[in-house]
Amino acid sequence: MGRESTDGGGRTRRVTASARATAVAAFALALTACSGGDGADTRSPDAPGASGTTVVVYAAASLGDVFDDIAAEFESAHPDVAVEFSLGGSSALAEQLRQGAPGDAFAPASVDAMADVIDAGLVANHADVFATNTLQIAVPPGNPGGVTGLEDLERSELVVALCAPEVPCGAASEALLQNAGVTAKPDTLEQDVRAAMTKVELGEVDAALVYTTDVLRAGDAAEGIDAVGAESVVNSYPIAVLRDARSPTAARAFVDFVLSARAATILEEAGFGPA
Amino acid sequence: MGPHDRQRRSIALALWIPAAIAVGLLVLPLVALIVRAPWAELTDIVARPEIFQALLLSLGTASLATAICVALGVPLAVVLTQAAEWPTAARRALRTAVTVPLVLPPVVGGVALLLLLGRRGLIGEFLNEAFGISIPFTPAAVIIAQVFVSMPFLVLAVEGALRASDRRFELAAASLGASPWYTFRRVTLPLIGPGVSAGALLSFTRSLGEFGATITFAGSFPGTTQTLPISTYLALQRDPDAAIALALVLLAVSVVVLVTLRDRWVPGVTQ
Repeated sequence: MGRESTDGGGRTRRVTASARATAVAAFALALTACSGGDGADTRSPDAPGASGTTVVVYAAASLGDVFDDIAAEFESAHPDVAVEFSLGGSSALAEQLRQGAPGDAFAPASVDAMADVIDAGLVANHADVFATNTLQIAVPPGNPGGVTGLEDLERSELVVALCAPEVPCGAASEALLQNAGVTAKPDTLEQDVRAAMTKVELGEVDAALVYTTDVLRAGDAAEGIDAVGAESVVNSYPIAVLRDARSPTAARAFVDFVLSARAATILEEAGFGPA
Repeated sequence: MGPHDRQRRSIALALWIPAAIAVGLLVLPLVALIVRAPWAELTDIVARPEIFQALLLSLGTASLATAICVALGVPLAVVLTQAAEWPTAARRALRTAVTVPLVLPPVVGGVALLLLLGRRGLIGEFLNEAFGISIPFTPAAVIIAQVFVSMPFLVLAVEGALRASDRRFELAAASLGASPWYTFRRVTLPLIGPGVSAGALLSFTRSLGEFGATITFAGSFPGTTQTLPISTYLALQRDPDAAIALALVLLAVSVVVLVTLRDRWVPGVTQ
């Protein structure tokens, strides 16, 4: 015995009408939701010519926008492949992968994070560096603190944000400041570069050390001031296909595209340096 | 054995399964934390000066935040219970305002605080220009963020106690000539004491665990604004073992506070 019920979306499903219908219906609903059917999250086997292949890329937060552009071009050339991103701090992503998170490719903002994943035996063959990034001082529009260079970060009357030394941009900032012999007086150590950038854009800090690409992406919301010696502290972005990739062929194709000359042009437009 | 007994027993069995799943969901992650903890290095990690500093900062700010919650939240709860005579719209608006921080993602609360009290904030800009006061990135900002997220716990606990208390004592006090203020101090407060303690305890533990609003509004700097949950998150980026140890410290402090204070000060809520 059963009855037809219609949910808000107009789809119908069959539920058993019994004394304990509520619990059963809730469970059935969960099953229906899991089996999906709209195909958005379906991962087909990676057979040649299989339609609906999805490549899941774990990528550094700083790659978010440029990877969207690169994926759009890749997808128009490979209509049967969809690229999805899991964005986050590089070290946190590496930890997720070590804990068994399912992914096809990994593109962190540091060679160290990639090395962690390679050491754990999770990379299919090898990693290639496809882009670089350097640091710049970001200030709010109009530069209210009158910042002209790294030595201004020593001024205690300025509110200064740096990335925490635990994350790649913080490690790079430490190296840059040390090379310049500057003892910065930060008021906050942010958990990732985007958090530091947000505080600049909100005008809450007078200066922050962030990536050149973040300043470029902020447009009118921030100004960039070059730091002397920034060109010698280079952050490299490696990419690799993961050993347990569910779609290894498509993943390889995407990684090859990221390493191609066409992708290099897109990366350059976003402010990244050559590999 | 009548049919009602059998029915009750089968309902009890049907409840046992989801109840067991609920307990598993709540307890098993903590069990995993304890199993995976680097016990050998635990004392070394906890004895690190920066960890100890973060622990002290967390305990200090959470205590102050709780005191502020009690000082402001108890009067608010009293106002809320007396709001029955108000127009419905006003009463609903006030109730929603008190409840919103409970359902708001803490990071959103942090952004909202920044937009209010930041250097370019609605009030913050005035404070900065008129008095040279800047709140973000200070321990005061940590406390404000903690008060924002934990005040609703106190208000709801005290309001519940007020509604459950016998109002006839207050009426009797008033009829014997006690002023409203005297009645509040000498009759109402003692009646709702357990509710205030329970609310304060919830506020304290919620403040201790606060992360999202704090890191957004107060930032993160060792000794000033980097509380234990923020240290834990940062440690996870570089040294997962240290992060597990820190999480264990936070868990231990919370459990100790819950167990000891509940038994001592809140007889009303123990089994």
